[in-house]
Amino acid sequence: MNAPYDIELNNVSFQYDQTIVLKNISLQVKQGDFLAVLGPNGSGKSTLLKIILGLLKPTSGDVQLFGEKSRDFKNREWIGYVSQKSNAFNTGFPATVFEVVESGLVKKTGLFKKYPKDASIRVEKALQSVGMEKFMKQSIGELSGGQQQRVFIARALVAEPKCLILDEPTVGIDHEHVQSFYNMLAHLNREQHITLILVTHDVDTVSNQISHVACLNQTIHFHGFKNDFNQISDEDLQAWYGHSVRKIHHTKVREHND
Amino acid sequence: MIEALINYEFLQNAFASGIIIGLIAPLLGVFIVVRRLSLIADALSHVTLAGIAGSLFLSQSYAFFALLNPLYLGIVAAVTGSVLIERLRRLYKHYEELAIPIIMSAGIGFSAIFISLANGFSSDLFSYLFGSVSAVSRQDLWIVIVIAIIVITFLLLFFKELFLLSFDEEYAKASGLPAKWVHLLFMIVTALVIAASMRIVGILLVSSLMTLPVAASMRLAKSFKQAILYAVVFGEAAVILGLVIAFYLNIAPGGTIVVTSIIILLIVLIGKKIWLSIVMKNEGGSVV
Ligand SMILES: Nc1ncnc2c1ncn2[C@@H]1O[C@H](COP(=O)(O)OP(=O)(O)OP(=O)(O)O)[C@@H](O)[C@H]1O
Ligand SMILES: [Mg+2]
Repeated sequence: MNAPYDIELNNVSFQYDQTIVLKNISLQVKQGDFLAVLGPNGSGKSTLLKIILGLLKPTSGDVQLFGEKSRDFKNREWIGYVSQKSNAFNTGFPATVFEVVESGLVKKTGLFKKYPKDASIRVEKALQSVGMEKFMKQSIGELSGGQQQRVFIARALVAEPKCLILDEPTVGIDHEHVQSFYNMLAHLNREQHITLILVTHDVDTVSNQISHVACLNQTIHFHGFKNDFNQISDEDLQAWYGHSVRKIHHTKVREHND
Repeated sequence: MIEALINYEFLQNAFASGIIIGLIAPLLGVFIVVRRLSLIADALSHVTLAGIAGSLFLSQSYAFFALLNPLYLGIVAAVTGSVLIERLRRLYKHYEELAIPIIMSAGIGFSAIFISLANGFSSDLFSYLFGSVSAVSRQDLWIVIVIAIIVITFLLLFFKELFLLSFDEEYAKASGLPAKWVHLLFMIVTALVIAASMRIVGILLVSSLMTLPVAASMRLAKSFKQAILYAVVFGEAAVILGLVIAFYLNIAPGGTIVVTSIIILLIVLIGKKIWLSIVMKNEGGSVV
């Protein structure tokens, strides 16, 4: 019954028309992992997430979700998603924060059915977890970019997913909220064993919370425990990315300073 | 007016279908506007015209078509057009709007051919272009009722899916929504509403009835539910007032309904401006 991995990619390659974006990606994510995906702009991070979500079909290779072939996987509500451009929506859209978050329950509720009676409680809880419950009745278009982003995170949380996929979710969120947002993710990860895949350029801030790291640039150069990632030499990172990526030792330095 | 309504069946037909259309056109219009598909309604109405002109032309030579309500062929054309638009939109992924001029010109082209072949405009055709108070038959009314039942059932069944698809298509797909199918059904239902509205407002003005009340409601609505409610209220007001004026002044109702919608829109726009400036002044006053 229980699949060994929540998400498993075997030899996945992907290309848009002519350009190869991903090459022979194999990646396994276990239940309870908190994986940070690192890589420079254009390295294929968002593309990788879209393949996992079934928004793009791999050119070759296969994707397994909770032990099932992605094509046959029916329980999409188990996987929550916050996209990179989620606040690039039509800001004139007449909808309240409540309505937007409630729409995260669509798949869980099922076709032809009304939202369940406890929907409003769930929505309120999801909004509380991102500190946005006071804005429930506001129009989504009247909020600031960072506030909108937090609403979209609430929309991903409201269906209580088993796995949460976040594509640079903290862009536009102020520093104070970024910290509490990562703490909230860590809480979800530890208390509710939600699997997390997080694309970020902000390794420093999140380094205490994550368990695994994957370095992506067309292929996966490294995937393993955070501690093993710390052992990687700067030369290697340089070779993968063409320039250095900030590494996690920053936290150690910070600890010394404290 | 009331007396005339009791005495004349044609007036009952016109008002009953008008009230139904005043409900379903803005109802669907809300989704059309927020999905930025307003022009699709125009394209589909011209395709509907091609179907109707075709039917009117064929009725001159074939007894079968002489007996057939031209609306049927109009519905067939509209639904075919909606499916074709969907296919084209997927073919031209990065230029989705290209589907609209293609289908629209096809509709106008065929209409022109059929109208010429049928030897120009008949009075019948004029009523299809701009609507009519007197031309709505009992059969037309029944068609409108059936279409309204289909539309409302569709919206009840797919309301939350349509909302999510309109607000954030990528998220809808990521949550495993059968986006392609919901979208196709939506286009077909839109085609049906256009065919249904045509008898009253006319082909050239159908899309206005789907968009103008929504344009007004979007200025006022805070939530999606409010946007729908106001759009329907404005749509009904425009249809009923428009029909009454059309009846008394003996003008095509398409014109009176659309002009009424525009007046409503203006009142909303100006009203909101005034209201905002009053609020600003009051707030300014309380600070000082
Ligand atoms: N729709 C598209 N059509 C063609 N090429 C695309 C498309 N989307 C992305 N690409 C290409 O695929 C590559 C990977 O893009 P992707 O968005 O996955 O990168 P990313 O790692 O998420 O970058 P960023 O850090 O900027 O978000 C890029 O080189 C980009 O040019
Ligand atoms: Mg990206």
